[in-house]
Amino acid sequence: MVNTSDSTYVETSEDVHVDSVHAGGTPIVYGLYDDEVELIEAVRKAKADHLDIYDVYTPFPVHGLDPVMGIAESRLHIGGFVYGALGTLTAFGFMSWVFTRDWPIIFGGKPYFSVPAFIPITFELTVLFSAIGMVLSFYLICGLGPGAAEINIDDRISDDKFCLAFATKGIGQADRDQFADFFRSTGASETSAKVI
Amino acid sequence: MSAPTSSLREPLVLGHKTYHDITEDICSPTESTPNAAWVAAFILSVTLLGLYAFCLVVTVWFGIGTWDLNRTVGWGWDITNFVWWVGIGHAGTLISAILLLFRQKWRTGVNRAAEAMTIFAVVCAGQFPLIHMGRQWLAFFIFPYPNTRGPLWVNFNSPLLWDVFAISTYLTVSLLFWYLGLVPDFATVRDRSKGLRRKIYNILCFGWTGAAKHWSRWESMALVLAGLSTPLVLSVHTIVSFDFATSVIPGWHTTIFPPYFVAGAIFSGFAMVLTLMLIARKVLNLEQYITITHIESMNKVILLTGSIVGVAYLTELFVAWYSGYVYEQFAFFNRALGPYYWSYFGMMACNVISPQLFWKKSWRRNITLTFFMSIFINIGMWFERFVIIATTLARDYLPSSWSYYIPTWVEIGIFVGTIGLFFTLFLVFTRVAPVIAIAEIKHILKSSGDQYSDHPDYQDGPVKSDKVLQNQPS
Repeated sequence: MVNTSDSTYVETSEDVHVDSVHAGGTPIVYGLYDDEVELIEAVRKAKADHLDIYDVYTPFPVHGLDPVMGIAESRLHIGGFVYGALGTLTAFGFMSWVFTRDWPIIFGGKPYFSVPAFIPITFELTVLFSAIGMVLSFYLICGLGPGAAEINIDDRISDDKFCLAFATKGIGQADRDQFADFFRSTGASETSAKVI
Repeated sequence: MSAPTSSLREPLVLGHKTYHDITEDICSPTESTPNAAWVAAFILSVTLLGLYAFCLVVTVWFGIGTWDLNRTVGWGWDITNFVWWVGIGHAGTLISAILLLFRQKWRTGVNRAAEAMTIFAVVCAGQFPLIHMGRQWLAFFIFPYPNTRGPLWVNFNSPLLWDVFAISTYLTVSLLFWYLGLVPDFATVRDRSKGLRRKIYNILCFGWTGAAKHWSRWESMALVLAGLSTPLVLSVHTIVSFDFATSVIPGWHTTIFPPYFVAGAIFSGFAMVLTLMLIARKVLNLEQYITITHIESMNKVILLTGSIVGVAYLTELFVAWYSGYVYEQFAFFNRALGPYYWSYFGMMACNVISPQLFWKKSWRRNITLTFFMSIFINIGMWFERFVIIATTLARDYLPSSWSYYIPTWVEIGIFVGTIGLFFTLFLVFTRVAPVIAIAEIKHILKSSGDQYSDHPDYQDGPVKSDKVLQNQPS
């Protein structure tokens, strides 16, 4: 077993010490897997054993992980529809108001309220509002953004390691042993503990 | 995990790569000192960018009288270049959005660079309408904002204003889509670096963690953005074509323009992607990620869109004759055989005849031929826009005002200068960001890596037994 992290899983007394120093941080134990198939199997076993998964970190989107973890499909696309509808109404409403109420001008003898001519801009603003709204919502609900604090568990999680983490706040030695057994039996190539 | 893949499908990642190999290969160009070729290319690009700045100053200082536009030909190289650059931008969105919806896995090798190309091309395109205005410092008049003149609003019925909205939306959405893909890859670069560099990349990657729920939302976002970008990309060049098609000028006033412009845009965009990627794969050692199969796929798109464009050219001629309308007939007779005949035949040779070479499989897979073809097509597509604009305007309704338009050195300098701007941006991009989407390549590795392939040509290696799978715990 190779440990690259600063504290090790087995040293219980150190964990307690770390907990008290980093008040507010979440102490975790985690295992690193070399392959996504092993990770999914481990997650499935953790669910079967009723272990409370803190989070799973992967270098790329692993298909098949969401149903095992019980992650529901994102509702961001509903937000996208709402933002888009807002864009449609904004564009169409504004152009209609300008050309029928605020400053009606005749262009080439065409009616003031010339719907076909409003379609291109209405469409563009629908897409624009929807895309900006959804992307901002995404970053907001994920807590991502310029200046977001770096939560670094292991540098190789964005490379080739698949991480499964359990929170260890206020748990006893028996539970810690259970996690150690769990990682050993599911084939984690490394295990370690950390406060994030 | 890997989905069953047809043995007809050739692998898209060669060299029996592991996940770690992929990270190493794609991140290393951002971590090493640039080589001599990059430095030479960068110096050349920045020199051209300097020429661009100089010609821009001349234009703004003396006015657009420094161009050879006249009372008859009011649009010259400026709008030609604008349409040319916007068209080039379209391939990036096609690859990232439309091919995502069609589940084309080969897009992962080229989507990042193609999207970057889109953004840089739109940046170049956006300059031309602005400098064409003459009084550039009043450019903000094109936006509808409450003003002290009434308020007097912009003309929402004008295709030129539709263009403002289309291009701005296109640039914004392309940027958002591109950056969404870059976020996890910037995190990969961050995790390989230390000190200040790490801090900078942590800001760039927005503190990305790789949590399962984030990935789930990320994929969901990418799909919806692709769904939004697909009609967007088709709308943008449609609206550009409306600049011409809604006018009453014979030769412009044709309903075939929207599909014809969109096909031409994708055609020229793929040619530019090929020009860039053929150089990039060589210089950055990415031949195992941008394979001959990728090149062949892009050449097939070029063959298809080139043929659509060819049919459109012929349809235009036929419809002009069939209309029985003498002005329309003259416009097209003049286009092919008038004073600008050389540009028409240049266009026909580059856009219609040359792509037909790609019916032959071995030629589609020939890198040298593909490179020269990509250059030809870009020249041909520039000619197309020049033909549409200049030939039509130079011979207007009144023979006494007919004229001939030749660009001045300032106009040529601005055009060549935007090529410098484009390449400067692209070269900087290859140094700071992974030019291939790392996470997406890892995602397709187990269905498209050569060690997992059932394709008969790739059965020589340790099939289905790469290092990752051998590391099963004992």
